[in-house]
Amino acid sequence: MIEILTGSSLNTIQDFGRPHAMAMGVAQGGAMDRLALSYGNLLLDNPVDAAGIEIVFFPFRVRFHAETSFAVTGAACPAMLDDLKLPRDWAITARPGQTLTLRAPERGARAYLTLRGGLDVPSVLGARSTDLKGGFGGLEGRALQKGDRLSCLAASTLRLPAAGYGLARPCPLPPADGTRIRVLPAAEHDVFTPESLKTFHSAAWTLTPSANRMGYRLEGQDALVLTQPLSLFSHGILPGTVQVPPAGQPIIQMMDANTCGGYPKIATVIAPDLRLLSQTVVGAPVHFETITRDEAVQIIRREATDLERLAAEIATLRTQLVF
Amino acid sequence: MTRIHMAGAGGLLLDAADGPFSDTTQRRIWATSRALNTRPDVLQTIPGVNNLLVTFDAAQTDPSAMEELLRTVWTHASAEEVPSREIVVPVVYGGAFGEDLALIARFANLTEEETIEAHTSGRYSVAAIGAMAGFVYLTGLDPRLAIPRRDSPRLRVEEGAVVIGGGHAGVMPCTSPSGWHILGRTDLCLFDAFRPEPGLLRLGDTVRFVRAS
Repeated sequence: MIEILTGSSLNTIQDFGRPHAMAMGVAQGGAMDRLALSYGNLLLDNPVDAAGIEIVFFPFRVRFHAETSFAVTGAACPAMLDDLKLPRDWAITARPGQTLTLRAPERGARAYLTLRGGLDVPSVLGARSTDLKGGFGGLEGRALQKGDRLSCLAASTLRLPAAGYGLARPCPLPPADGTRIRVLPAAEHDVFTPESLKTFHSAAWTLTPSANRMGYRLEGQDALVLTQPLSLFSHGILPGTVQVPPAGQPIIQMMDANTCGGYPKIATVIAPDLRLLSQTVVGAPVHFETITRDEAVQIIRREATDLERLAAEIATLRTQLVF
Repeated sequence: MTRIHMAGAGGLLLDAADGPFSDTTQRRIWATSRALNTRPDVLQTIPGVNNLLVTFDAAQTDPSAMEELLRTVWTHASAEEVPSREIVVPVVYGGAFGEDLALIARFANLTEEETIEAHTSGRYSVAAIGAMAGFVYLTGLDPRLAIPRRDSPRLRVEEGAVVIGGGHAGVMPCTSPSGWHILGRTDLCLFDAFRPEPGLLRLGDTVRFVRAS
């Protein structure tokens, strides 16, 4: 059992979301940085998609009421278990009465608190993710508030070294000088003027404060314009879609995006880079780089293979250690 | 001319729109969606208005093979009728519940009474489901009422609002921002995540609006 000590309208329970409910109009949802959530779950020998807490509002504090193994992954935020400073992407067992404090990230934007067994909240439409717009999933369909108590699905401890253990290569975060995002051309790519396509690829776009789980608005010096006005029928859109509304400034659809839209689409961010965008802070520059579909498939395959290898390595390591 | 566009590495958007909305094309879109939904290598299909989004796992399935499959299934899809239920939506029009009624009437060059009549006399069809959980894009709107969307969306439109926009009719399944115009309000619950079938309406259903008594 854990108790949330700091409330906010932004910290939510997330797993891998509801990709199969999109045909009902339900947002895909799920962790914005799925790799970070996966790392936390692997460290705790959980199913890779077990539900954890996505933290974007700091400081975040939680008290453990029972002995609980947990991991903190994702953004590089100073993490203290009482007086003990925890390294990045680290798992450890808390004793009853201990408090975990996460302070504002030094790099990145989102941290994930995963617990041994995964959080025990009801599965709604196939997932435990909070859908804030729909008001379901997670804890009563809402963000976590001070005083909320959460328990885990399985035995809450795992045999770990007393000081815990962590990943030698932590979750990659965007460099301070800007986030490089790889994209594929989308349906209306070729309807933009050649100058606009050049601007799209060469400009340093800035992430505006209008950035949440539904979408990230970017701002650049020059607006993107079409060679002819377009009136599109409503069509399905996926997280990663870069829409360009009439004002000419791009909006990148994120995990809680609407499932259908009508704005022209210039590009789609490849899935492995969408998590980098989710770790980008407001005001930071963002650069787009177009790649081919074959290159994108290779990157996606490599990420899947890397994660499988890491899971196998951690499992082997755990069988080889005595504590 | 049907076009297939990339929607990332694991998504394909089949766009069959050719001028105004076509019922025949829409039935072929649904048939393509149903055929693809039986395949284990297709994650999901999302029918839009004369278009279809198909997703798959790009780490497992070759995107060009999926594109080939989509084209083949679409080419052979027939515009067969789908089973359709009729759902009646009772609406309180105008006043505090339909703040744009006067604006829509002016746009259509009708009285408010005639505008309501134009809205209730239509037989609408659920062409697509999306944007919000349980939101339906209804085709069959009287062309005189086809007012363009607002230039800037309202930040808050209440659940149950009966709306029109972009040539379609719809009903808000939850309170959310929207650029559509508000004609009235219904008490029907369009979406409940905890019902066995969360959405009230299915693709192909016929919808009629009536004045709430």
